[in-house]
Amino acid sequence: MAGSVGLMASEQVQRFESVQMVRDGLRDLDYLADDGIAGVAYLADRLGKPVLVEGPAGTGKTQLAKSIAELTGARLVRLQCYEGLDESKALFEWNYKKQLLRIQADRGSDSWTELHDDIFSDEFLLTRPLLEAITADDPVVLLIDEVDRVEVETEALLLEILSDYQVSIPELGTIEAKQIPLVFLTSNNTRELSEALKRRCLYLHVDYPSMEREREIVLAKVPDITENLADQIARVVRSIRSMDLKKAPSVSETLDWARTLMLLNIETIDEEIAKETLHILLKYQTDIAKAAKELSVDE
Amino acid sequence: MSATEQRGMLDLLGGFVGQLREAGLPVSLTENLDAMEAVRHIPIEDREAFKYALAASLIKNQAHWRTFETIFEVYFSLRGPEYALDRDGEATEGDLDELWREMQDASQSGDGRGGAGSLDALTPEEIAHLLMQSLMQGDQALMRALARQAVQRFAGMEPGRPVGGTYYLYRTLRNLDLDGMLDKMMEAAAQQSVAPSTTLEQRLEREEFEHRIAEFKAEVEAEIRRRLVADRGAEAMAKTLRKPLPEDVEFMHASRDEMQSLRKALQPLTRKLAARLARKRKHQRRGPLDFRSTVRHSLSYGGVPAEPKFKFPRPAKPELMVVADISGSVAAFARFTLMLVYAISGQFSKVRSFVFIDGIDEVTDYFKSTEDITEAIHRVNTEADVVWVDGHSDYGHAFEVFWERYGKDVGPKTTVLLLGDARNNYHASQAWVVKEMAGVARHVYWLNPEPRSYWNTGDSIVGEYGRHTDGVYECRNLRQLESFVEKLA
Ligand SMILES: Nc1ncnc2c1ncn2[C@@H]1O[C@H](COP(=O)(O)OP(=O)(O)OP(=O)(O)O)[C@@H](O)[C@H]1O
Ligand SMILES: [Mg+2]
Repeated sequence: MAGSVGLMASEQVQRFESVQMVRDGLRDLDYLADDGIAGVAYLADRLGKPVLVEGPAGTGKTQLAKSIAELTGARLVRLQCYEGLDESKALFEWNYKKQLLRIQADRGSDSWTELHDDIFSDEFLLTRPLLEAITADDPVVLLIDEVDRVEVETEALLLEILSDYQVSIPELGTIEAKQIPLVFLTSNNTRELSEALKRRCLYLHVDYPSMEREREIVLAKVPDITENLADQIARVVRSIRSMDLKKAPSVSETLDWARTLMLLNIETIDEEIAKETLHILLKYQTDIAKAAKELSVDE
Repeated sequence: MSATEQRGMLDLLGGFVGQLREAGLPVSLTENLDAMEAVRHIPIEDREAFKYALAASLIKNQAHWRTFETIFEVYFSLRGPEYALDRDGEATEGDLDELWREMQDASQSGDGRGGAGSLDALTPEEIAHLLMQSLMQGDQALMRALARQAVQRFAGMEPGRPVGGTYYLYRTLRNLDLDGMLDKMMEAAAQQSVAPSTTLEQRLEREEFEHRIAEFKAEVEAEIRRRLVADRGAEAMAKTLRKPLPEDVEFMHASRDEMQSLRKALQPLTRKLAARLARKRKHQRRGPLDFRSTVRHSLSYGGVPAEPKFKFPRPAKPELMVVADISGSVAAFARFTLMLVYAISGQFSKVRSFVFIDGIDEVTDYFKSTEDITEAIHRVNTEADVVWVDGHSDYGHAFEVFWERYGKDVGPKTTVLLLGDARNNYHASQAWVVKEMAGVARHVYWLNPEPRSYWNTGDSIVGEYGRHTDGVYECRNLRQLESFVEKLA
């Protein structure tokens, strides 16, 4: 593991030929990217920089990383963040149990130095997502999901690895990256990330899709749906998003709604149907009431 | 890209980044380098991708997007094929004339109009009519061509004239009767449809038309901007068109658009502020090590200081009383301050709020009865009893009544915030109230949304009140307000 050569971004194989290729490739995988998404993904590859993807819930941030992995034929390595995530869960940990067992088994035989070298070797190292991503032999896409949940200290750790692409493990020495993977960090923006981390990343804001793109997403994701119904769905959702609500419907909710309408065998959305199914799009009772009223379906 | 082209692009980019910085965007050196690298990889012909790629390297906060985009359009609008019409093989001027003739033949053959006209020969009514058709059909290419044509014909732009873009926009749109367009389209749609449409259908249709009209308007604006940039140069135009960042928008002069972006910026900002304060509190939960106490306790461990003892942590959370003028010009400021304060109300042991114009009313309960701050604010605006005589601010009277009714509740744990421009319409100041208040309260602060240079001019008497307080703070924008509130909590 140690001793491999760090690669500069420029020496890396370029994964995409053009922005258009990213756009089309993602579309073939049923991910509908807009110009911003495709442009930034392309640029990330060219500049060898991580992408920080921010935006409301359920707008396809996580899916983007997954689809890019699929598009490039890479394995997705995912680090799911949460409050309290630390080095031992993100980077590596020694397998204490196994080490103890070995020490016991070896009691009285080998010299301590030998034993020490033995138990602090690869065999006893538990590789966590970050280490796994940079030491992998096969191509990977690293997804650091919901990075806004970790503490500032862990953020600093991420920054270090994303800057140097190397890790030092006291007992093993420095491990350098075999590759610079494509890295996506997602955030729901619940807290301000450090300026240093932001500077290190390209920034992509993924918002609710335009009406046209949402219709395409519905068509791609919901089997057998008609163009006509997909179009109506996208229009109604746009209309609801323009209202002043606590929580606007996300793309996942649009898709849930579309699937429900399909199950109910509905071909055209009228006011009655919209009213009866609003709870799939909206989560708050006050929002449902408001939307029902504004669509003027609650006479 | 040839070497010269590349140098030209880098020069352009340099000017562009300079303007971003002047607008207050914190572009670092790394980010600037990334942008220089980015333009090497993404051709400007793929204009949207190019724009987002630049944004991805240069701005790291969505609230800065509008500012970025405006300057981007100024700097890069003359570049790329956008300026020529035949992008994606869409209509060129020649095709357009053709199209117009076809449309006439198809839809109006026989109405007596000699169908041979080119776009230039059309009357304003005919252009408006053509526009309506293109809008109803959602014909993007035609809409774009008409936008150019309309600016050329109606804006009356003359080189070197020091007139802003809004004037030209106004002239263009007026000639097209764009204000009446939506109604006319709805009417036409109603006539064309066979069955009467439901309310839902009508709503969706209206929204679609509104969307297209907005797109057309944006197209007209873009055309005007291109011409202005061609006439006066990018740098000058970037200065005139510059949009302040939401956090720098002045509460007292915000346009409707700006108000909206302010409102949008407020929520993430309060969330972050709350998180920051919570973290601060967590880290400060322990005071410094209390040596004596530690040693004393160590006796129960046989003299080993096994359990460190800490001094009492930071002082208890303050009780907050907000007293806000909500008359006309300062209403927005009061609203944002209340929203911010309630969003972090966990940082205070208690929050009470009072609003006044010339009468005063307590509104604490509005905020208690709902989770939704916007709704509470709405009630403040509509239900609070704040008018006593004529509905012009009377700080003196409001303070007097406040002191009489609630003065007993102000104590040594209370921090009082007085909000307003202190423009007292030449009424008696009753500044003694503030003096007495400051005598009992822990702190009294005054927040003024006016620029400091206006203070104590005309009927502003902020100095008269201010000298009894622990400080008067200028809070013209969200940035200043946030930094004050952070200090407070
Ligand atoms: N552009 C898109 N094309 C295709 N599917 C999409 C697109 N955007 C969102 N989706 C679908 O919407 C759903 C939600 O997407 P995803 O889980 O990636 O959202 P997210 O932004 O990561 O949300 P959260 O912030 O809650 O984690 C998924 O089923 C995804 O496939
Ligand atoms: Mg996600």
